[in-house]
Amino acid sequence: MSSWALSLFQRELRLAVRVGGGALVGVLFFLAVVTVIPFGVGPDLNLLARIGPAILWIGALLATLLGLDRLFQADRDDGSLDLILMAGRPLELVVLIKCLAHWMATGLPLVAAAPVLAIFLNLEPTAIGAVTLTLAAGTPALTLIGAIGASLTVTLRRGGLLLAVLVIPLTIPVLIFGVSAADAAVNDPVPFMTPFLILCSLSLISLVVGPFASAAALRFSSD
Amino acid sequence: MGILDFANPTRFMKLTQLVLPWLVGLCAIAFAVGLYMSFFVAPEDYQQGDTVRIMYIHVPAAWLAMMCYSIMAISSLGTLVWKHPLADVSAKCAAPIGAAFTFISLVTGSLWGKPMWGTYWVWDARLTSVLVLFIMYLGLMALWRTMEDPIKAGKAAAILTLVGALNLPIIKFSVDWWNTLHQPASVMRMDGPTIHPDILLPLAVMAVAFTLLFFVIHLMAMRNEILRRRVRTLRLRAASAARPAGGSATLQPAE
Amino acid sequence: MDRGDRRVFAGLSFSLESGNALVVTGPNGVGKSSLLRTLAGLVSLSEGSLNLEGGQSERSVAEHTHYFGHQSAVKPALSVKENLAFWRDFTAPAHVSNFDPKEYGAQDILEDLGIGHTSELPAAYLSAGQTRRLAVARLFVSPRPIWLLDEPTSALDANSEAQLIDLMNDHLRRGGMIVTATHTPLSLSPLQSLRLEALSIEDLAPLEEIG
Repeated sequence: MSSWALSLFQRELRLAVRVGGGALVGVLFFLAVVTVIPFGVGPDLNLLARIGPAILWIGALLATLLGLDRLFQADRDDGSLDLILMAGRPLELVVLIKCLAHWMATGLPLVAAAPVLAIFLNLEPTAIGAVTLTLAAGTPALTLIGAIGASLTVTLRRGGLLLAVLVIPLTIPVLIFGVSAADAAVNDPVPFMTPFLILCSLSLISLVVGPFASAAALRFSSD
Repeated sequence: MGILDFANPTRFMKLTQLVLPWLVGLCAIAFAVGLYMSFFVAPEDYQQGDTVRIMYIHVPAAWLAMMCYSIMAISSLGTLVWKHPLADVSAKCAAPIGAAFTFISLVTGSLWGKPMWGTYWVWDARLTSVLVLFIMYLGLMALWRTMEDPIKAGKAAAILTLVGALNLPIIKFSVDWWNTLHQPASVMRMDGPTIHPDILLPLAVMAVAFTLLFFVIHLMAMRNEILRRRVRTLRLRAASAARPAGGSATLQPAE
Repeated sequence: MDRGDRRVFAGLSFSLESGNALVVTGPNGVGKSSLLRTLAGLVSLSEGSLNLEGGQSERSVAEHTHYFGHQSAVKPALSVKENLAFWRDFTAPAHVSNFDPKEYGAQDILEDLGIGHTSELPAAYLSAGQTRRLAVARLFVSPRPIWLLDEPTSALDANSEAQLIDLMNDHLRRGGMIVTATHTPLSLSPLQSLRLEALSIEDLAPLEEIG
């Protein structure tokens, strides 16, 4: 990795960790969502085990999206975004690195927290492993797709809610295949690898589409 | 006459003024014929009875819901690639119409579903995909509304529309996959693999009528939007007349 | 040049030689900041062009410039040194033939600007003037020939202002260029001035083109 990229990555990671508790708030939100669902559906352990992967996935989806609104906005508010745009570095790569750092700081802790929260939901060991694996493969896609929403709403003062509305329809495929793969590991209507590989391919697609769309939106936002 | 000749909004206004009355007339005739055929000519279904006639509204509405998104996607390309001045007007005006047709197709779909499935809503693959499309339309409209400057909003919405266009086939594929996974045997099909000409003809006429209706509304909405933007520009100018804005320059060497 | 759907400039043209400063003056709202943002490539031109003779051909004009606006682009959570080091590594330097920048280390320029003692502190502890000086330091660690300065002396006391003007004059002597928008007169030499006047109604885009 060239030095500017490394420098950007370090800066993003430092900021994510130092500002506002970073990763911790996301994990707390995840915990809160997972805790509140048994109060809604009842403490039936069999039911929870059946819908557990879905709960974990929806919790991770919401936690990722709610953490994304500051991804570019913080840089816009203090003028850094202007300087980033004119720094002479490929903006698509800049977006990709920012997303990577953001995922390391907020997505990875969610993946790490998932096995613990899975115990509350009475998941079997295989299911716990499968959910964690699918989250690890799928949450980068959520961050990258969410980055598109974050750059589209960068000029808006209260863009967080709109971001979620814009992005959620685009994340449906990730959710479907993530949950299906986790279910498939236990219930096997289909082999685990089929939905899991599709999930991986969705992540790879978003790796391309996310930075390009997001960079385009950022360029227009300065106008 | 190429497409760029319509670049000038004034020429567009003149042209549409000429074309619109004819389009309205054609659309009324198509609807009269289509509705007559679907209510009185088309046979009723031996199982569903008269409820099958909902199809003549439902299917064209669903078809337009998708066509409208394609038009928005093409317009978005026009905004971003060719920088056509009318492209984002077209995209912006198509969104609410698309949302309306999507809504009609959802409502008729669930009304049709009630006698067939015994419930208004089933998470059927088609209905679910259309619901997702509906949310995307509303999201785009919300984006347009929240952004102050129409040019910036147009560009942002164009990017989202294109990302959505890339994503829609993936969403459709995943929803189909999800649907077969959860209800493998009981997949309902609204239309059989072969459609009898007695049904096809009224359906085709209705599809033409709906398409014409779309163009009528779309052109009218575009005219309104152009006028609205002119009003906005005049207001901005009125504001800047009080306080000098803009610049011309003189360059003078310093002493 | 258009700002959103508002036309800000029309028929504006000027040229600047290396080693010269250009002061842009004019009434409020006339578009001084917009002019600088256009030169910085942050606002696109609707007509016309920007040219830099002797620049690196693979880079845009904007990538030869430092933009110093009203916002300081300083992250309070990072230390002063980390803030500066990031912009040094991240901003691609631009070398052109008749511009010979002085090589500054991060610590040197902080010392020169009188905030060397703060380098290990989080930037959150800096005063407004110190934050401003940290933002200025960015121009020196990554050499670029053109500086676009929007009200560079705001929030600075007389002492730091004089210091900044010395540094700006040094930049000019080394073959750099400065375009600055300001209300307070700056003693830069050699100096050219550009006065922006209100745009007459005939210069605005005809209504027929507005879609």
